[in-house]
Order: sequence, then structure tokens, then C-alpha cells
Amino acid sequence: MEKKVRLLIVGGGPAGLAAAVEAYDKGERDILILERENKLGGILNQCIHNGFGLHTFNEELTGPEYAQRFIDEVEKRKIAYLLNTTVIEVSDKKCVKALNEGGLLEIQAEAIILSCGCRERPRGAINIAGSRGAGVFSAGTAQKLVNIDGLMPGKEVVILGSGDIGLIMARRMTFEGAKVKAVVELMPYSSGLNRNIVQCLNDFNIPLLFSHTVVEIKGDNRVESVIIAEVDERLNPKMETAQEIKCDTLLLSVGLLPENELARGANVDISRITRGAVVDDRLMTNIDGIFECGNVLHVHDLVDFVSLEAREAGAKAVEYINSKDKNKKYESIAIETDGKVRYVVPELILKNDDSNPLTLKLRVSNVFKKVRLEVSVDNEVIYSRVKQVVAPGEMQTIDLKSEDVLKLRKANSIKVYLRSME
Amino acid sequence: MRELICINCPMGCHLKVDDTDKENIIVTGNTCNRGKVYGINEVLHPKRMVTSLVTVIGGEHAVVSCKTKEAIPKELIFDSLEVLKNTKVNAPVSIGDVLVSNILGTGVDVVATSNVKRV
Ligand SMILES: Cc1cc2nc3c(=O)[nH]c(=O)nc-3n(C[C@H](O)[C@H](O)[C@H](O)COP(=O)(O)OP(=O)(O)OC[C@H]3O[C@@H](n4cnc5c(N)ncnc54)[C@H](O)[C@@H]3O)c2cc1C
Ligand code: SF4
Repeated sequence: MEKKVRLLIVGGGPAGLAAAVEAYDKGERDILILERENKLGGILNQCIHNGFGLHTFNEELTGPEYAQRFIDEVEKRKIAYLLNTTVIEVSDKKCVKALNEGGLLEIQAEAIILSCGCRERPRGAINIAGSRGAGVFSAGTAQKLVNIDGLMPGKEVVILGSGDIGLIMARRMTFEGAKVKAVVELMPYSSGLNRNIVQCLNDFNIPLLFSHTVVEIKGDNRVESVIIAEVDERLNPKMETAQEIKCDTLLLSVGLLPENELARGANVDISRITRGAVVDDRLMTNIDGIFECGNVLHVHDLVDFVSLEAREAGAKAVEYINSKDKNKKYESIAIETDGKVRYVVPELILKNDDSNPLTLKLRVSNVFKKVRLEVSVDNEVIYSRVKQVVAPGEMQTIDLKSEDVLKLRKANSIKVYLRSME
Repeated sequence: MRELICINCPMGCHLKVDDTDKENIIVTGNTCNRGKVYGINEVLHPKRMVTSLVTVIGGEHAVVSCKTKEAIPKELIFDSLEVLKNTKVNAPVSIGDVLVSNILGTGVDVVATSNVKRV
């Protein structure tokens, strides 16, 4: 049976929930959220540590508490959602196929917001020699086992990668009685937050080894040890530094990738850098009426920014649904970066005369100290802020006023870059 | 002499804290005053929020997530985890329900951070 809905939201994590609430508050009543898990809230349900919502609620909430605040808002507005429902296909005509216990659903939407989050880089994405015994988990899988199912993956643990999930899991496993022997980081810096290094590693004297990697996993049926080694500047292991660490578990925390299979199927253009969709300043993709927000668009470190971005997507989707000349195509201009700035989202600025403030989000490619983060339009600097230090682990934002956004819309060239102050 | 990383901003200054004289603690390596205050508090009375799980009887899930409502002295982390390991509560549980009151005499309650329905 084919069903019709004006706004369809794929994924009921923090991004999908915030987008739905904002769309409702902008007047849209025909909204449906599809979520494959048996609960709304997304990845936050397994993040039982505190540190969420400092920016939004001025309170240090845990993941489930933060999620519940938005779930309550969705319930209050009686916004429709279906759980245990997996979207399997999205077409460029905005027809969506989903599966649940009742069978196949086909839904024709006027606008679609993709908010299906990201997944962890699998082990295949990194090369480690050795057998494929049990005991190798991604950090997020381990987090789900421990925090949702109450199961412990192992007793003696080595963690590869010092991103936030790995750091959080080092503490969590320690709390549950495991011995975390080391966190091994390939780069000379951590992609995780300082507060997590201090409160998850230093508090428990867990060593953090920079410029090191795991070169081999030993053990036939179960991990028995790992061999680690220092790497040179070109990230190649120096085998003379190799040492063995006994352990029964290796957690991989080697990064997240936006989950964009559905978008690809709908012919959405995907950025080779963010691995999310290329969007314009309405967060709309190259396919009219398909929007993206949250971790599916680009990986965020703070959920507060996910919620803000998703609100924007919700509002713009409603504007799109209600606009009279829906299919009117605007020209756009792509923001250029200098390599030190790795990417900017949104990448495209429409050449229309919408006047609205706009937040640009970006990541840098390395640690840089004492720099200015600048935006120039046809070589005139319209934004400049001093940054004592910027790092790849920390997303930067640029808040532009409406009059500056109008300048972007008329520009022949827009650049976002770092300028050294030394 | 203690070595710390200030967590108040992304600079992450490496602090050295000399606490030989508790009345006159000397912080070096900080870039601003917040770092000094942080260094002194960290050596005098470091506190942490503790988050973990508590067993639920008769609920849709076997465990419920919880947190100390405020930070408790750092040296009590493992004792508080032991208390939580031995705590069982009956479903239903709602966010904010007190699971352990005044844990280890700190004056801080442990509260639920998720909802678990009765089944
Ligand atoms: C381990 C970990 C620790 C973190 N720690 C912090 C922290 O301390 N502080 C902080 O502020 N932020 C933290 N974050 C970041 C924050 O949790 C994320 O940025 C946020 O959850 C992203 O929201 P989202 O809605 O984009 O994605 P998700 O939360 O991943 O939600 C996506 C939803 O889409 C659903 N979905 C996916 N595909 C389909 C499909 N085909 N059909 C139907 N449904 C689908 C999924 O089931 C999921 O519910 C952490 C993240 C992780 C992973
Ligand atoms: S001392 Fe000041 S500048 Fe340095 S990390 Fe702390 S708050 Fe930031």
C-alpha cells in the first residue's frame, strides 16, 4: 500500500528528533519519523556518561537524559513515528521503501530529511596483520554490549585510537573491573577532547601512547596479545621498537563514517572529504527536497551542534514544502578552503536574495597554534577571529550575520582559511 | 609537584602544581587565571561525576543507567561503583528517581538517567 506524507524523517536520533520538533513548530503537521531500533534517541541511548547538553541546557546531562528531553518534545506534539522500521531505499523521486514486522511500506514524501547518523570504521578499513580470533571489537559495539546488554567483552584491554569513544570506553571498562593496559594513537595528537583524556585516562593512570600503532594481533581462537610499535613521520611502523602487550581484547576506535548508502541510492552527491552529502545553505542536497543533518552529513563531536543543525534542516524543509516555486533552480557558489581547513559545511551558497544569519561548520587538518580563522569574499576579509589553538578533533563554527550572508550570495569567490599570526 | 592538563578550554595547558605548602599552592604553566583555579581545586579536592548501571528487577531492560547528581570526591569513585554493583531496584524506573540516597555519606544522591518500563 502506498502512503503519502509531507515530511518524512529517516532516523530518530537527536538529529531526526530536533528536525521534527522544529518542523512542527514552523507549522507542519504531517510528519513521520522512521527508526530502525526499538527506541528513539539514536546513539545517545548507549552513551551513559555525562557531558551532553552543556551548550543547550546549561547542564551536564548523560546521553539518555539528553535524548529523553527531545523525545518528550516529540511526544508532546504528538508527532508520528514508527519504531523497528528500517528504511531500505530512498529514490530521487522521494519515494521511500521501509521494512518492519508488518512487511514492506512504500511512502511518497514531499520532502525527506536524512538523519541516519554514522557508523564506525570497520576493521577492514585498517590493516593489522594476524589471525582473526575473537576479542576484537569496535569501541561503539563494546559500548553497546556493556551499557545496554550489561555484558563485558573482556578483562585485559588495549584500545587502538584515542577518539572520544575509545577514551570513554577506557574508563567504562575500568569501572566494570577490566584492566586497560594502553591506548595507542597513530597520530602525534589525540582526536579526542582534553577533558576525556584527563578524566578517562589520567585519572586511572592509563598510558596514552602517541605515534604508535598495533602491527599484529596474536592468538588463534581468542586474542592473547598485540604487538605495538612506534611509527615514523610517514606513519610507517619502526619494527625495532615493537613490543608485546598481553591482552584478551582489542577495541578499535578509529573513526566514524557517515551512513550514506540511502543517499547514494537517491543519486545524492557525496563529498569525498566529509563522506556526507554536498549541501547548500538550506542543508538541501542536489536532489530537490532531500535534506541532510547530524552525523550523516558530517561527524559532530558535540550533540548540541547536531540539534542546532537539525533544527535548521527542519525549518528549511518546511519552507521548501510550502514554497510555490519548489523546482526553481538557483545557481550556487562553492566555498573554497586552503587545505589547513579540511572542509566547510554547507559547501554551497545559493545565489538568491535570502537574508538570514548562517553558521558555517568546519574542521582543520592538523593542530595549528596562534592563527586567525578568516572568511574572504572576492578577497575582502569579512570575518576574522583569533584562535590560540585549533585541532582536528574540535569542530569550529563561524557565525555570519545576515548582511554578510548577502555578500556571500553575490560573491565570485568565497574562501575560508587559516592565517598564521607568527 | 603534580602535573595536570587544564580542561577548561581547548588550549589544554600543561600545569605544574606545587602543593608542598597547602596554604600557598603555586600553579605554573597556565595561560589564564581559570587554569590557576582549576590546578588548586584539582590538588585540594578533586571531584568527579560517576556514571554507571544498576540492576533492575522486572523491567524491559536488565539494567538502568545512573549518575551521581553532583560530583563526588575522586577517591570515592571505586567505592561508589561497588555500592552500585550491589544495588537492585524494581521496575518501573523513571529519569530522576533516586536509586541510592546520600551515597557513602557524601550528601549526594545517585539518580536514574533513563526510563525502564515494567514488563
Ligand atoms: C560513543 C559516542 C560518544 C559520544 N560522546 C559525546 C559526548 O560526550 N558529548 C556530546 O555532546 N556528544 C557525544 N557524542 C556525539 C553524539 O552522540 C552524536 O553526535 C549524535 O548522537 C548524532 O546524532 P544523529 O541523530 O546524527 O545520529 P544517531 O544518534 O546515530 O542517530 C541516527 C538514528 O538513525 C537510525 N537509522 C540509521 N539508519 C536507518 C535506516 N536505514 N532506517 C531507519 N533508521 C535508521 C539509527 O538507528 C539511529 O537511531 C558521542 C557519540 C558517540 C558515538
Ligand atoms: S589555563 Fe586558561 S588558557 Fe590554559 S587551558 Fe586552562 S583555561 Fe585554557
